[in-house]
Amino acid sequence: MIDFLARHNPGVSHWLVLSAVLFSIGLYGLLTRRNAVGILMAVELMLNSAALNFVVFNRFVMPASVDGQIMAIFVIAVAAAEVVVGMAIFVALFRCRATIDVNRMNTMRD
Amino acid sequence: MDTGFALRNCWLIPALPFFSFIVVGLFVRPISKKASGIVATLSVVASMVLACLLAWEYYGRYPAGAEHPTLVPWSFEWLRYQPGLSVMAGVLVDPISVLLMVVVTTVSALVHIYSIGYMHGDEGYGRYFTFMNLFTFSMLGLVVAPNILQMYVFWELVGVSSFLLIGFYYRRPSAVAASKKAFVVTRFADLGFFIGILILGYHGYATFGQLGPLAAPAAAEAGATSLQPFDFLYLTNPEVLKGLAQLNVTFLGIGLLTVAMILTYMGAAGKSAMFPLHIWLPDAMEGPTPVSALIHAATMVVAGVYLVARLFPVFAASGTALLVVACVGAFTSLFAAIVGITQNDIKRVLAFSTLSQIGYMMLALGVASMSHPLGYTASMFHLFTHAFFKALLFLGAGAVIHAVHSNEIWDMGGLRRKMPVTHATFLVATLAIAGIWPLSGFFSKDEILASALESRHYGIFAAALGVAGLTAFYMFRIYFVTFWGPHRSDHASHAHEAPAVMTLPLVALAVLSAVAGFVPMSQYVSIGHHGEHGGVNLAIAIPATLMALAGIGLAAFFYVGDTQRAAQAASSLGVVYRAVKNKLYVDEVYLFVTHNIIFRFISRPIAWFDRHVVDGGVNLAAWIACTLGAILRHLQTGQVQTYSLYCVAGALLTALILWAARM
Repeated sequence: MIDFLARHNPGVSHWLVLSAVLFSIGLYGLLTRRNAVGILMAVELMLNSAALNFVVFNRFVMPASVDGQIMAIFVIAVAAAEVVVGMAIFVALFRCRATIDVNRMNTMRD
Repeated sequence: MDTGFALRNCWLIPALPFFSFIVVGLFVRPISKKASGIVATLSVVASMVLACLLAWEYYGRYPAGAEHPTLVPWSFEWLRYQPGLSVMAGVLVDPISVLLMVVVTTVSALVHIYSIGYMHGDEGYGRYFTFMNLFTFSMLGLVVAPNILQMYVFWELVGVSSFLLIGFYYRRPSAVAASKKAFVVTRFADLGFFIGILILGYHGYATFGQLGPLAAPAAAEAGATSLQPFDFLYLTNPEVLKGLAQLNVTFLGIGLLTVAMILTYMGAAGKSAMFPLHIWLPDAMEGPTPVSALIHAATMVVAGVYLVARLFPVFAASGTALLVVACVGAFTSLFAAIVGITQNDIKRVLAFSTLSQIGYMMLALGVASMSHPLGYTASMFHLFTHAFFKALLFLGAGAVIHAVHSNEIWDMGGLRRKMPVTHATFLVATLAIAGIWPLSGFFSKDEILASALESRHYGIFAAALGVAGLTAFYMFRIYFVTFWGPHRSDHASHAHEAPAVMTLPLVALAVLSAVAGFVPMSQYVSIGHHGEHGGVNLAIAIPATLMALAGIGLAAFFYVGDTQRAAQAASSLGVVYRAVKNKLYVDEVYLFVTHNIIFRFISRPIAWFDRHVVDGGVNLAAWIACTLGAILRHLQTGQVQTYSLYCVAGALLTALILWAARM
């Protein structure tokens, strides 16, 4: 097993594909989820895939410095702050509309 | 001064009523009713003074019996096709235009004065005088036109004024219908007129090129640099006529000049109410009586006669057209006289009488020719005298109608004691129209009969003689029933004389009707071969007077005293009488043709096409827009997710295209 792993070491492209797949799943969720919190979770996924990208490039381009990993920690912090703001908006919205189904947030006629 | 004041300023004669029309219509009418009447009347009186001055000056320079040239003292270039070819507008002065100017302004002025009294208290008083001024302006513009296009423009304007005035009481449906009828019938006739104008203009233009621009005669006074194809002076030039007559163009086997003149005559027949385009004139009596006096007796209806007189050399160049004129005139004369005998509405009788007299004028023109032009003079003479006594008859009828509040003669009776001035003037006019010496009608009728006999149109002469008798009969019929006998209704017994403002014009017209006959018209108005002295021809005067007296006697027999004889005679003629009373059902025929044939088979399909295909096309365009909109509306859901989906899809598509392009 370890031989297998040693012989098939994932290069940059493999990691970038993973990151892209994660981003796409997040994008899909953003575009299709009805629940507002679900959309936030999808956004989280997209942010994390970006963070993963940073780390991957750090490891394969300049492993000596830790810039990419610092950036990843920044992303996590910002994501957390953004989620707080988002949730605050959803709570206010829920108080108004008694629902957070985004399809029901439409005030246009029919 | 070389040219007199009136000759230099002859454009004022039509212009004064025009300015008055604008001023009264826009400014004076909203302010004061009385002032609008006064301003309107004053302008026409001023025009009349100028017209008389013009006649004085013109005949001062070219005395009676001498050559009377055609002058164009004032004109300006109206339409220009190319340098050297243009249509002018202006004022043409020659014997018949001077005559008509005097007649139109005089009768118009007297009718305006009369209207001040007649229309008193009417809510449309200001509107009435505005339209009357418009009419006077239009008629004068028609009369002074130096070319046929200006005459056509004013022809239509006169029709519009007539429409406005017939439909003056616009709240009455019958008046509205009558004004529509008048306008539509004359407009239809004008179609023929316009086609005639175009034919003359086109071929005139072709000849224009061949002959070179004809120098205007008496160039110093003519004003225009050279004659243009639509000018009357051009069209009546012998060289041009020779050119037109020799053209080898035919339409349905008839020569071109004849076709053009018959079409032009169609216009004249419509305006002058010749059979079968006479149907609008009896209905036009719906308008106020002074309107009938001015427009439908003295002035507008003679516009057709004037047109034929203006283009007389052209008509004469095509013998057939002149024969058509004569026959239509004679037939209308007879037809109208027969129908007029049976009518009970006084204005309707006078309308048919007008038809009959204009028929006389037309037939007089028709029997004349360039070498024997007595008919031309006779026609203009009759126009002159007829204007006065017919206007008088209508104004008198207006006074009588006003007094008994009804148009029916059988509601009147015994009015000669109650309305002495009206009675006396009406009697003068009736004697004049019957052709009794020494009143004016005698002289003009005598000349017409003489011209018919001289040119050997014996059938037409016989018809005209018969009509003279019939005229006397039906005119004295209404005279006796209205003014003699018992008061046939309450109103008649309480009738009172009209106020002075109405009786003064009556007296003035009566004086004119009496003395106008002594004007030696052939010295003043003639054409072609000179030296025709129309005096009194006893061989004709005696039979004519006998016919008139017979007519009067018959009318007295039937209508003075016991009128039962008349009713018995009417019932003994049964069907014939009823048919004549219904104007020989000509209106019904017209209605049948228009409703059942034209409306059903032509108008209705066209209306269907317009509503479904033309409007349908527009509706279809709108429907497509709406439906497309309804479909595309669903793209806008109002949800951010949908829009971001479009965003992402677009970005993907762009990336794909760029990647494919790089490949």
